[in-house]
Amino acid sequence: MERYEKAFLAACAVILVIFLGALAYGSVAMGVHLPSRGGLIYCGVGEKLRKVLSKTPPFDHPGVQEIAPGKYRAVVIAKTWTFAPNEIDLPVGAEVRFVATSVDVIHGFFIVGTRVNVMLVPGEISQFDYRFTKPGEYLLICQEYCGELHQTMAGKVVVK
Amino acid sequence: MSTAVVSEPSGFALPQGQLNVIKWNIYFGFAVLAVGVIMGLAQALSYARINVVQYYPVVKSYYQALTIHGVFNALVLTTAFANGFIALTTARGLGRKLNNALLHAALWTLFIGSILAAYAMFADKASVLYTFYPPLEAHWTFYLGLALVVVSTWITSAAQLAALRGWRKDHRGERVPLLAFMSIATYVMWDIASVGLAVEVVVFLLPWSLGLLPGVDPMLDRTLFWFTGHPIVYFWLLPVYVSWYGLIPKQAGGVLFSDTVTRVAFILFILLIPVGFHHQFMDPGVSQGLKFTIAAMTFAIFFPSLITAFSVMYALEIGGRRRGGNGLVGWFFKIPWSDPSVAAQVLAMIAFLIGGISGLMNASYTMDMEIHNTAFISGHFHQTVGCAVALSYMGIAYWLIPYFERRELWLPRLALFQAFLYFIAVMIFSNGLEAGGMEGLPRRTDMVHATYGLAAWKIPGIMTALGGTLMFASAMLFFLIVVMTIVAGKRTAQRDLPFTATVQAPPTVGWQPRLDRLSYWVLISVVLVIAVYGPFFLEHFPPSLSIQGLIYP
Repeated sequence: MERYEKAFLAACAVILVIFLGALAYGSVAMGVHLPSRGGLIYCGVGEKLRKVLSKTPPFDHPGVQEIAPGKYRAVVIAKTWTFAPNEIDLPVGAEVRFVATSVDVIHGFFIVGTRVNVMLVPGEISQFDYRFTKPGEYLLICQEYCGELHQTMAGKVVVK
Repeated sequence: MSTAVVSEPSGFALPQGQLNVIKWNIYFGFAVLAVGVIMGLAQALSYARINVVQYYPVVKSYYQALTIHGVFNALVLTTAFANGFIALTTARGLGRKLNNALLHAALWTLFIGSILAAYAMFADKASVLYTFYPPLEAHWTFYLGLALVVVSTWITSAAQLAALRGWRKDHRGERVPLLAFMSIATYVMWDIASVGLAVEVVVFLLPWSLGLLPGVDPMLDRTLFWFTGHPIVYFWLLPVYVSWYGLIPKQAGGVLFSDTVTRVAFILFILLIPVGFHHQFMDPGVSQGLKFTIAAMTFAIFFPSLITAFSVMYALEIGGRRRGGNGLVGWFFKIPWSDPSVAAQVLAMIAFLIGGISGLMNASYTMDMEIHNTAFISGHFHQTVGCAVALSYMGIAYWLIPYFERRELWLPRLALFQAFLYFIAVMIFSNGLEAGGMEGLPRRTDMVHATYGLAAWKIPGIMTALGGTLMFASAMLFFLIVVMTIVAGKRTAQRDLPFTATVQAPPTVGWQPRLDRLSYWVLISVVLVIAVYGPFFLEHFPPSLSIQGLIYP
């Protein structure tokens, strides 16, 4: 019986290593990256984050900008219970970098049907790259509970 | 030849006073579960856009009900059950009673903590969910209550460790009996794991809610929460593992094969505590390298559960074959399926297998990007804690309550039906949630009042509501059986715990006795915690407390 036990445990270890290898392959070779750290927003004790943000680039001008041919930057601020802007228009095939944060509580930034799924933490800048290859209207929702009207916090991404 | 997993196998009876305090932990846990389950029904139905919260007394909103559901079921019930059940298995395992004053202190601390938290939640001053991420702010009684719930586990742990110390003095050179080892290891794991939550609540949130701190560092608090928030699932699971390893083989007519492998599985849970960052794969303030390291460690934590799958299934196979089962799978049908306690727990094991697979999906962060914070996650943890753990509690209750009350189980056939109904219900429910989650259906969202929705969410939503309603019905049957057993079960003589034996006795020479030195494993665990979390905490030291709170409503 001990022989079976050893064989079973060895097989389990091999399976887990294969899974981990697949994960490493996905992140390194296929370039599937997790949301990364876009920096901190320095806000002193007693200062209002909302005020600080309005003076901190790029959050002083939220919205979509073309930063290079075919490359866009979408700057989004989440607050209870809206996204600013709450509609993001992009051309098909555009490479977009989302740069987002929250002014009050923790929010989520989830474009349904894509892997754009990021937490927005007050004081932290979330950054995520994505390329929309299919035209259409995508639903953008806050996926983290953020207070009594959380279920109304939504927007859209229009890809034409 | 087989060896008993307890110190005095020939019948050590716990004094009635000790049994009573243990019993009240368990009964309190189930009473709280009853309230939590009623709240849960509202969540399940909301996925089909059916609003029942409006008919509930006191409770005003979906989120208030959801907070009560999470805190009661996942925090209070689990703590109460573990404090009671693991005190019992420790005492019986060592053949020695625990300090009764400490057990009473733990019970009262848990009562008072739960009442404080319940006050805040029912008064609608703490609709922050059971993860209570600041800067959402709750009433101070909520934080104090939760802190006391954690303190009650530390007091229980102290009682266990004191008993172990006493036992060791009287049994020099002997191996710690397996049942007691598993029980004490569970609490030692939790003692380390609970520090994050305790620091978050006591150092930051409680003073903040009392106006003594100007603000919070949301990233730091969130990380402290998840430091505890993942290993807390082992704290829910390991008491059930104690039953699966230490009691179920006996109930199924089998024996446990390897003492050593069982101890190793529990030690791995102590070592692999710092995996909580995998709840923060989508967070901004955590580096990529750390996220990959944590994914690897999360895969590693599957290993002890795979060990369990082997050991427990083999123990069941021994039972099935002794009862006349033949062939590759024939034994499986010969285990005592007519015993509701066994049936419930074997079904719970099957649910855990399925929940383990959905957990591996969550842990693979490339997949997690598609399902993070969707209903898929709720589907996963209702398979694990909502079924593997909860249904095992029910299965354990089916012998434990007759044991406490010296009465027969009331209508065992109804109990059997209840267990199967619960299993099927969770399968429908979690399938709905997971199917919806893959289509982007969010979790923790009041879908009755949502201003958006997709056609693809409709059928998964209906499945979720249907499964949830059946879960509710089955849970109500369970409470009926418990109450009727207490008041109307046929009286019997005092019985003992159904503790099992192992085929391979624990060796007293060689390397294995070192497995019992818990302090070694604690030391390695702490080093690992510092290696993984140290850099992050240094970066957040001193914490900037500039983010102000928001109180709802």
